[in-house]
Amino acid sequence: MVEVTLWGSLGAVAGGKSKVEIEAKDIRELFRKLAEQYPGFEPYIDRGIAVAIDGVIYRDTWSKELPQGAEIFLLPRLAGG
Amino acid sequence: MNFDPRFSGRNFTSVGTRPIRPDGVDKVTGRARYGADFNMAGQLVGRVLRSPHAHATIRKIDTSKAEKLPGVKAVITSTDLPDLTDGDSAMYDILDNCMARKKALYDGHAVAAVAAVDARTARQALKLIEVDYEVLPHVTDVDEAMKHSAPVLNDTIFTEGVEEKPTKPSNVTKRTQYGHGDVHEGFGQADFIVERSFKTEQTHQGYIEPHACVASVSSDGTADLWVCTQGHFVYRQHCAQLLGMEASKLRVTSSEIGGGFGGKTHVWAEPVALALSRKAGRPVKLVMARDEVFRASGPTSATSIDVRIGARKDGTITAAEATLRYSCGPYAGMWAELGAMTAFACYKLDNVKTVGYEVLVNRPKTAAYRAPSAPMAAFAVESAVDELAKEIGMDPVEFRIRNAAQEGTRSSYGPVYGPIGIGPTLEAAKNHPHMKAPLGKNQGRGMACGFWFNFGGQTCTDLNIGMDGSVSLAVGTVDVGGSRASLSLVAAEELGIAYEQVKAVVADTSSLGYNDMTDGSRGTFSSSMATISAARNAIKILRERAAQMWDIPVDDVVWEKGHAIAKGEKYGNLAALSLKEIAAASGKTGGPIAGHSELVADGAGVSFATHICDIEVDPETGATRVLRYTVVQDAGKAVHPTYVEGQYQGGAAQGIGWALNEEYIYGKDGRLQNPGFLDYRIPVCSDLPMIDTQILEIPNPNHPYGVRGVGETSIVPPLAAIANAVSNAAGVRMTHIPMSPPRILAAIEAERGG
Repeated sequence: MVEVTLWGSLGAVAGGKSKVEIEAKDIRELFRKLAEQYPGFEPYIDRGIAVAIDGVIYRDTWSKELPQGAEIFLLPRLAGG
Repeated sequence: MNFDPRFSGRNFTSVGTRPIRPDGVDKVTGRARYGADFNMAGQLVGRVLRSPHAHATIRKIDTSKAEKLPGVKAVITSTDLPDLTDGDSAMYDILDNCMARKKALYDGHAVAAVAAVDARTARQALKLIEVDYEVLPHVTDVDEAMKHSAPVLNDTIFTEGVEEKPTKPSNVTKRTQYGHGDVHEGFGQADFIVERSFKTEQTHQGYIEPHACVASVSSDGTADLWVCTQGHFVYRQHCAQLLGMEASKLRVTSSEIGGGFGGKTHVWAEPVALALSRKAGRPVKLVMARDEVFRASGPTSATSIDVRIGARKDGTITAAEATLRYSCGPYAGMWAELGAMTAFACYKLDNVKTVGYEVLVNRPKTAAYRAPSAPMAAFAVESAVDELAKEIGMDPVEFRIRNAAQEGTRSSYGPVYGPIGIGPTLEAAKNHPHMKAPLGKNQGRGMACGFWFNFGGQTCTDLNIGMDGSVSLAVGTVDVGGSRASLSLVAAEELGIAYEQVKAVVADTSSLGYNDMTDGSRGTFSSSMATISAARNAIKILRERAAQMWDIPVDDVVWEKGHAIAKGEKYGNLAALSLKEIAAASGKTGGPIAGHSELVADGAGVSFATHICDIEVDPETGATRVLRYTVVQDAGKAVHPTYVEGQYQGGAAQGIGWALNEEYIYGKDGRLQNPGFLDYRIPVCSDLPMIDTQILEIPNPNHPYGVRGVGETSIVPPLAAIANAVSNAAGVRMTHIPMSPPRILAAIEAERGG
């Protein structure tokens, strides 16, 4: 079970929660379970969500494991120049 | 991917040296081929008709007269680029930006295009196209666009992110919020509070090379595109989707690039060129003129930002708050959100709140510009931080050091930081001789910090070893700042051979797997990771071939300093085999030797910089002169230090232009008044001092060599550093960028009058 912190507008689609607890071993499973539990997540996942694991931001490595006790923070997918 | 990206702390032989760049001679002798330098037999000239109105309904377009003009081979409108985006709103916006459909949304919006046998005929044809416009009220100012009385650009947009569901459409597409703690409580603990409002005007990336391409669609449906871009694989995806093609049938080759800085990260003219070629049955070259580049491509957001920061007498910040309003052009974006995320990222704050508003205006579609949105937010925050330090009576560097984020700090955008470099850049700035140099009359010194995320992405690389032992490295990230040299150094390092033995090229889209574009400071970070991986795969094969040549088990062969070594006393008589010797024998040991890599490079690591500058202000005219400028930034590991310094200097130079001169000026009619380099003045060499640089190397734990991206962060602090210097020199707080002479003079006179 990992605790996942959501950014502001993402919290709105999780019923106003800023944190949710999910049983997930990696980013792929996390996104799948979030979409199952909160259907409003899907368009955000399609648009792109980055996952910060202990401060390191992952945009595409969906196989990245979510260590127990790690700080998991969801962020919008970033644009660069 | 079976690749361990963790930092290994190795000693380097090639990495960190400064060889001459492989593309240098061609660039200084004019042989290098940029977007407009490519030609195909029978190619036509493409030209685009653009809206003269800031906001207008397109009632009808009559192209019949243009089509009848001798020499005209194709005329297209939006009907030739039908909507194939299948509900993908971001792609629909790109399509509509390439060719207006129901409405022209800004001065310069493309409405039709022609392909003709020569430029003169093409220009004549544009004049023969009749567009029936219904001119609508427009709005170009970000604050005006938020008012209830403002004309609404898109009546299908309702503000996202607000508590009460809106009932009316709005130019505000989205509200976002970041932060933690309780700012109300934090301000209650403050002994000093600074509250200011700031504005920054819209600027262009100012790339010297305009958008340019040659498109050729064959009758069998296959196509070639030669183009100036930051990401040819992304351009292929965009063009294939917008034209209904299979991506594999469109080969895109990237030219040399004369600057992009975020402005060449999505398509503008390329689908138009392909649609013209498809209709004409001949290749079409389409090159934007400079005024088209300004009117219809690029720019960053104009902004309006309110900042409030409170601190105790001892210099501890107790609360920080900002409201950021960013223009997006006529299409939704996440520009204010990026400003809201980055605004206070340099600081350790218990109570922080930022709110961003994305605002539609009748200006060109906002594009990314080098650490997009961060420089404007840093300008507002770092100006207020400087002012607050003054009120408390603390040195501005000491004040920042006291409040700087560190490992374990919760960032203002959410996650807790790992190892970061803001503290070391501030300490380096504090101890830099620049900080102690004397200043003369009317001269001021300013400093500021900046933050940017950096990221990696999908990356694919091939490393091929020739039979003569030379190495070809094919990468898929466009070289925007010397990455071919850096990646050659990395290949040489990993293989243990000389830099001169490696030749790196940017391969076309049919030769490599997909690569994300070169943005987010990812070119060297990502492709060096893929190059290391590819080289290690090649070394595995080199060891196998050496084992064959010696007829011994491969496990007994190690790779050291460019040679296969048979380990163990039993092989004492075997002389080491060089890469060249193994390559020469490859035809008889299994054929070509190559290493391939495809991976997602994540874990780029955030980046910080601190800049110092000295400015002289003429109090009679408001004119400024940059006397001295110093950049201190963490590079993780500088693969080719000269190019790292070049990135630092380039970002500072662009920031200086943004801070002091550059500005989109719109008339009351909503038309851009200064679409050329005479009236939109970017800095030239004679405007700038030699920009001094100091590279810090705090290894990125998520890269084998410790590399971080370095391309973008250098543009974040300059607006603020220069504003602080000008404010100190002029004796009045400057709150509006650019600080052009009339604005400085007006501020000085207002201060005198007040």
